Amino acid sequence: MTITLSHVLFFLLGLMVLGGAVAVVTVRNLFHAALWLMLVFFGMAGLYVLLEAPFFAAAQLFIYMGAIGILIIFAIMLTRAFMRQPMPRANEQWWLAALLATVLLGVLTFLILQNIRPNIMAEAVPENTIHVLGVTLVDPEGYALPFEVASVLLVIALIGAVTIVRER
Amino acid sequence: MDWLTRLLSFLSNAIVNIGAWLQGVLMGWGLPEPTALLVVRAVGALVVGFFPLIVVIFLIWAYRKIAARIQGRLGPNSSGTWAGPWGILQTFADAIKMIVKEDIRPQGIDPIPYNLAPMLVVFASVMLWAVIPFGPGGSLIGADLNIGIFYILAFSSAALFIFLMAGWSSNNKYATVGAFRSVAQLVGYEIPQLLAVLTVVAVAGTMKMQGIVGAQSVIFLVAMPLTAAIFYLASLAEINARPFELLEAESELVSGYFLEYSGMKFGMFYLAEFMNSVAVSAIFTTLFLGGWRGPWVDQAPILGTIWFFIKMGLVILVWMFIQITLPRLRIDQMLSFNWKFLTPLAIINLCVTVLVNKGITEAFPGGAPAWARAAILLTSQVLLALVVWGISALGGQRARRRTWQAAQISELEVAA
Repeated sequence: MTITLSHVLFFLLGLMVLGGAVAVVTVRNLFHAALWLMLVFFGMAGLYVLLEAPFFAAAQLFIYMGAIGILIIFAIMLTRAFMRQPMPRANEQWWLAALLATVLLGVLTFLILQNIRPNIMAEAVPENTIHVLGVTLVDPEGYALPFEVASVLLVIALIGAVTIVRER
Repeated sequence: MDWLTRLLSFLSNAIVNIGAWLQGVLMGWGLPEPTALLVVRAVGALVVGFFPLIVVIFLIWAYRKIAARIQGRLGPNSSGTWAGPWGILQTFADAIKMIVKEDIRPQGIDPIPYNLAPMLVVFASVMLWAVIPFGPGGSLIGADLNIGIFYILAFSSAALFIFLMAGWSSNNKYATVGAFRSVAQLVGYEIPQLLAVLTVVAVAGTMKMQGIVGAQSVIFLVAMPLTAAIFYLASLAEINARPFELLEAESELVSGYFLEYSGMKFGMFYLAEFMNSVAVSAIFTTLFLGGWRGPWVDQAPILGTIWFFIKMGLVILVWMFIQITLPRLRIDQMLSFNWKFLTPLAIINLCVTVLVNKGITEAFPGGAPAWARAAILLTSQVLLALVVWGISALGGQRARRRTWQAAQISELEVAA
């Protein structure tokens, strides 16, 4: 097997994602943890680019870095006086988190070993992936129903947020 | 005229020719073909990356000159000694001054995020230029991605956390408040900007930048003036231009999230701001002014680049005039303008335009002529604008009457 540029990039990005993820859970400063999380998101976007899924890469940047990451930073900035003191690494619920993480790891490993789509690397990437994605999302045979359900869920969340903050 | 045509045809393929020549030289040195191609691509990326820097150096000079003329001043004409004719070397003098200035590190900063933020902010601004089409074909654009315009929106959105990084790590409450404000403004105005872009994408039928340019037989500024206005207003807020210049409100926040930065680190933020302004002008040119389209581009493709820069220059001039002449909004005005006016308008505009566009496609089974589509879209947009104007005028009248009545009542109470 010859080593190509995409292998090198894959390993660099993998290192970035895994290293960032380890840093997120080990650093004592919550703000730094959030910044490491941004690095993880950026690396994930890079992995999507390597998989020839540019739309997912951009969506990853847009939603995870631009919205979720900002929300996390706002939440930790507004809820605690964390500027000075470093936080302990784990709280009293660490065993529950460890249990959930182990179960998730087990499920994912099981699914990967099941080899659901063995030829996925051999399948050709469609020419215009966005077109395919768009058609699949609104096609009744495809994912129209899950797409609409997700949209309704978001609308409900939006209306709920407005109702909660409304002045009475 | 024959030599002119020959010269133009050479120039129009100049980029391709230079690239092929460079690749030939590298392969002559014994490099394998993929490596040579990689080097050529890297050189191309460097050129695209440095281009905005060079534009900005002259733009800062031009901005200061024009601002001075409008405000009845002379503007830069000497930097202590001699700065070239009309002070054209002023920006270089400023840049050298910034670079040699002492690097002041405030006490209690968080060093790594503090020093990383200026670099990242310039990185994010440069990345926007990768998908801007400077001319027809595949050689005058960094990468004609399928996601084109979405890439730009994604990058400018992902860059938001850098402001929080800079503001928080400076260990200064004004900088932190400035960072909060800037993110509140930028996140908010992203929504109408995105919806306006979505309207354009729906009409053009593609997110590819060259595809959007190709769809504009009639430029979208004429076909969709309301969308263009929404996009431009939201973009002004996104680049922190004057009517929305709250990130840097000197009188309240000293200078916003980059308060504690000095020397070239401050220079990087300044540079990124100007680069974003140029990038927004280039994006507006591509989305609404037909990009490189213009007369005689078919005969001489290099003319497309010239048209592009002329149009971009005009958009930059508009930005400058707004920036120089308008006062600043208050923060509550800025927020309510976005959430109570611009965002609902953008949503209604998206729905109406997409419906009308679909209607046109259904009404002309053989494909609608470009002028007819543009005329119908224009009519719908103008009607929508009139309706919105009427509603807001009525609402304003009622609000004024209510305040007047309240004033009358309180006067009566005082009299009694």
